[in-house]
Amino acid sequence: MAALIKLQSIFTPGLKSALLVLAILLGGITAATTGAQAGEFEDALASLAKAKTKGKIAAINVIAASGDERAADALTAFLGGNLYFRKADKKILVAEKSGAVYVLTDPLTSKEIGQSKKSKIKKIRVNNRLRKLLRGVLGGLTLLAKDPDKRRAAADAVFKSRALSAIPVLEQAIEREQVAGVKERLVMARAAIALDKSKIEAERLAAIATLAAFAVPEVRSLLGSIANSKASEAVRAAAANALVDIESRLAFWNGVGNVFQGISLGSVLLLAAVGLAITFGVMGVINMAHGELVMIGAYTTFMVQEVFRNYFPEAFDWSILVAIPAAFLVAGAFGIAIERGVIRYLYGRPLETLLATWGLSLILQQLMRTIFGPTNQEVGNPSWMSGAVEVTGGLVLTYNRMWIIAFSLMVLISLVIVLKKTAFGLQMRAVTQNRAMASSMGIRTGLIDALTFGLGSGIAGMAGVAISQIDNVSPNLGQNYIIDSFMVVVFGGVGNLWGTLVGAFSLGIVNKFMEPFTGTVLAKIFVLVAIILFIQKRPRGLFALKGRAVEN
Amino acid sequence: MFTKFRILAGASVIALGTMIAGTVQAAETIKVGILHSLSGTMAISETTLKDTMLMLIDAQNKKGGLLGKKLEAVVVDPASNWPLFAEKMRELLSVHKVDVVFGNWTSVSRKSVLPVVEELNGMLFYPVQYEGEESSRNVFYTGAAPNQQAIPAVKYLMGEDGGEAKRWVLLGTDYVYPRTTNKILRAFLHAKGVKDADIMENYTPFGHSDWQTIVASVKKFASAGKKTAVISTINGDANVPFYKELANQGIKAEDIPVVAFSVGEEELAGLDTKPLVGHLAAWNYFMSVETPENAAFIKQWHAFIKDKKRVTNDPMEAHYIGFNMWVQAAKQAGSVNVDAVRQAMYGQRVKNLTGGVAVMNTNHHLSKPVLIGEVQADGQFETVWKTDGVVKGDAWSNFIPESAKLTADWTYPWVCGNCKKPKFMN
Repeated sequence: MAALIKLQSIFTPGLKSALLVLAILLGGITAATTGAQAGEFEDALASLAKAKTKGKIAAINVIAASGDERAADALTAFLGGNLYFRKADKKILVAEKSGAVYVLTDPLTSKEIGQSKKSKIKKIRVNNRLRKLLRGVLGGLTLLAKDPDKRRAAADAVFKSRALSAIPVLEQAIEREQVAGVKERLVMARAAIALDKSKIEAERLAAIATLAAFAVPEVRSLLGSIANSKASEAVRAAAANALVDIESRLAFWNGVGNVFQGISLGSVLLLAAVGLAITFGVMGVINMAHGELVMIGAYTTFMVQEVFRNYFPEAFDWSILVAIPAAFLVAGAFGIAIERGVIRYLYGRPLETLLATWGLSLILQQLMRTIFGPTNQEVGNPSWMSGAVEVTGGLVLTYNRMWIIAFSLMVLISLVIVLKKTAFGLQMRAVTQNRAMASSMGIRTGLIDALTFGLGSGIAGMAGVAISQIDNVSPNLGQNYIIDSFMVVVFGGVGNLWGTLVGAFSLGIVNKFMEPFTGTVLAKIFVLVAIILFIQKRPRGLFALKGRAVEN
Repeated sequence: MFTKFRILAGASVIALGTMIAGTVQAAETIKVGILHSLSGTMAISETTLKDTMLMLIDAQNKKGGLLGKKLEAVVVDPASNWPLFAEKMRELLSVHKVDVVFGNWTSVSRKSVLPVVEELNGMLFYPVQYEGEESSRNVFYTGAAPNQQAIPAVKYLMGEDGGEAKRWVLLGTDYVYPRTTNKILRAFLHAKGVKDADIMENYTPFGHSDWQTIVASVKKFASAGKKTAVISTINGDANVPFYKELANQGIKAEDIPVVAFSVGEEELAGLDTKPLVGHLAAWNYFMSVETPENAAFIKQWHAFIKDKKRVTNDPMEAHYIGFNMWVQAAKQAGSVNVDAVRQAMYGQRVKNLTGGVAVMNTNHHLSKPVLIGEVQADGQFETVWKTDGVVKGDAWSNFIPESAKLTADWTYPWVCGNCKKPKFMN
């Protein structure tokens, strides 16, 4: 408590409005410790109906400081955009949409009080300024929550809002906290408030020393603003010093982040290219409709999700797992149809194949446009693929990217197993290496051709499932991946799966390391130029196949 | 597979047949050309506008047509292919002899049809927000100019409610609209005392899907101790992966707000918007605005398209205003002759769907209100700020020194789209 009083006493704003805020804060804290004044919460809540932004800010502060147990629920509803008032009598309500009507709850009694049409009630608007404040004060109210994730989020919110009113709860929370990770955040938040609000140099210097241990972008941001502020010489110098150290650590993690992003881009390239490595690499078919097979996989995901949305909404998170085999089968069926219908008449005529499959790609695009319409389709992310894990130092790894990396490797490994360990794989290799010999051994080459093309197409379809998680599902989806896929296969070495793997990941990483310096467009151009030069030196790519099979 | 082809081919032959038949019986109708891509990358946005036009024409015919004649829509498909736009415009004007054309979306396609529509003295209504720096005698611009969208949005972010941003990230797709808009914005920011070190500019190709590095670098740029805001002129398909990456990396609107100029209700349709609540867009129209006119328009659209889930957006309103102005002007002129209608266009007034009245100015741009909206969890926008009255569209930006000197005014004594002094000054 002593620290709190010191902090407040040194908080001497000159402006009238600032004084007002201080008065509210002080009033609030005394109210919180000595028991809330009757009606304060109700009055502040009621004032929200008419208030402009400034009035709302004052009301939020009063509500937060009232110590009323209904405060957290009311403010959460406000933050979520669920706080309304009835047009007739200006009564504040919590309204939640359910079908065509809104279900109303009274925030004073927490009881349901009927339903209403949209036209009878009006939403109390919340903007980014209010949201920031709300998150801050709610942070103060939820610092002692049971769930450690909530406490952590609360600490971060307090760090951002730097609300002086949070100090007493913060002290209490730090004392009680058992989880090390959360405690760290709490200490960080307290130091941030001290640094921002205190006028005593020693306190600020101590806060900088505490903060210097945390190499995260938020701290960098805070120290940066202090280093450029009108603070005393010593404080600015200390902030600048701490900043240098934090920047060097951040730079390291930034590099690690680049590698991750490169691998992640590589895994998407790999997925898109693996199917092509079969159809183009092994069979030698230049399939310009490959991207459209990816698109078909993405649309299959959409259809599977629609089925889940309509019939099993509670199992929606698992829809992706159903979509993977479904996409494989649908795209594979399309592939077999394409091979039997068009490509088999064109073996050995690459130019005609190129033109025919390019035409096919346009037909497939327009087909999807006719069936599903030209607009994007919404493909949801399952909850286990949303969000990110913050490793350290602002290094954020998103779950969807990590899953896609794992998925691409699984697809590659299963493909290798199919090729090397199964009878079908053996026959496939036999047909592609020496058709006449394989045929005379009793292998039905036509069937194997169709199945091989179907396998490559099916894998493209599975790529579509992964890509639907990060990109648009629209008829144009395939066009974005076709060039990259060919690039990976040619660079890695035609007909070699390991080449495709290494090619995809190295292209991804090189791209991501160049992007910050050159921009996206130039990075792509440089990579293309580099590949052209590389192909001059090694026409068969990174891992060239050797032997007689290649010669003809 | 082959039967499928045959069906498709058959369908297209029939479609062609009806189109030819349509042109033969056309003597007693007024023809309205619709030049929007129905295939290719831009189909996603432009197909909706074609349907909007068909709806408006249909409604006008039910009201008895125009000048005692029925309106007839002539739809062509320029297939998102910029040179094809010019060819299709020529076809509309010289083969179908249409009296007016509503069309185009991207600036590059507009630049492509410009010489044709000027050579053949046609009339084009262009419904999309664009970079300005243009005023053609034969084009009416019903979308927003930069001073009706970009500048007010930046001013809002500089204000208290917008978060008093001091550092700016300009993200855009790599073509003429974002580059010109950002040039104007940079000049505007300089005028407001923002240094170059506090501005980051980044361009990506059409359909860019891997936003990890860029979002990470925005985060890094934003951690320099000053409030940072992102201005996005990212166009089309690239928006969905961009917003997904923002959401996944946990960038909240209160920390780094993103204000977009090309993201409307239609673009949000393929997206889960819950993590994006609070990000902003600046337009002249939002579907969520509650006025009787807008409610009627949405009802009409749902009835026409037979799908209650479809959204309405700003370029649709632009066509609504443009079409109604053209109808009024033609009635006033008593003719659909291009020169007569053009004279009658100036000063035409049509009620906006969002309240107030849009006026056609002599620089061929509209006066319209500017709205700033926040993304909501249901994929709609909620207006958080609105101009008091209407804002007059500037053909030439005041913030680019060489354009500030130019005037666009197609009435006497100026009669010019880019002149420093009037053509008829004695």
